[in-house]
Amino acid sequence: MDQGFFLLFATVSVITALTVVLARNPVHSALALMACFLQISAIFVLLEAPLLAVIQIFVYVGAIMVLFLFVIMMIDMREAVLQRFLPGGNLPALALLALLGVEMLVLVLGSDRFSVAEPVAMRGGDDVRQLSTTLFADYLLPFEVASVILLAALVGAIVLARKEWE
Amino acid sequence: MVPLSWFILLGVVLFVIGAAGVLLRRNILVVLMSLELLLNSVNINFIAFGRYYADFRGQIFAIFVIAITAAEVAVALGILVALVRNKSTLKVDDVTMMKG
Repeated sequence: MDQGFFLLFATVSVITALTVVLARNPVHSALALMACFLQISAIFVLLEAPLLAVIQIFVYVGAIMVLFLFVIMMIDMREAVLQRFLPGGNLPALALLALLGVEMLVLVLGSDRFSVAEPVAMRGGDDVRQLSTTLFADYLLPFEVASVILLAALVGAIVLARKEWE
Repeated sequence: MVPLSWFILLGVVLFVIGAAGVLLRRNILVVLMSLELLLNSVNINFIAFGRYYADFRGQIFAIFVIAITAAEVAVALGILVALVRNKSTLKVDDVTMMKG
């Protein structure tokens, strides 16, 4: 049952990821990426991380992809649409990618560390509560640093995208 | 129950696809989207390992990755808008002003 759902979500996410890379029109890429993020959040649900699944949908699908679509709307895409995807155009990059993929596959399939079939039993009780206790107690400093980074990014984005005052 | 290696393999496949997008596409927007795909495949790994070894730190790191990604996308799209306003190009190869 779980395996069937996993295969379904994994297949759709891989297909949509390929669409992101291969589509000629960036709008199609953005919509395919949205679908891919939805599949990945379903995979998070399979991994019993519902909080992460909801964050994934809110942040990625709700915020980041809407930002992408807004920018695509602002920019004149007609010239970009004409660019084709040339698979054979960059042979060193292709060779590097093939090497990387084969290396990771060999490592994953060759190591017995990844062949865990059954997860360690989770501690009982409220998962989200334990997660947030860990986040706000042990990881308080990184949390605050992340919030400062978000503030800096907010200010930076406004300053960068603003029109120059004459 | 799904074995751990399946999730890792899904992460590998998505990572390679995203890397292909970053390296082979010339459109800046698609490169940025492929970057999102890369970060997401890493998140799958984090959460899968956290689940299978019963450790919350995987999820916590995934939350941090998502927060930093949001910041990165905001700044990158701001730079992109400024770039298009000044040079009106979307090709990676045309943006070589810093090359000297």
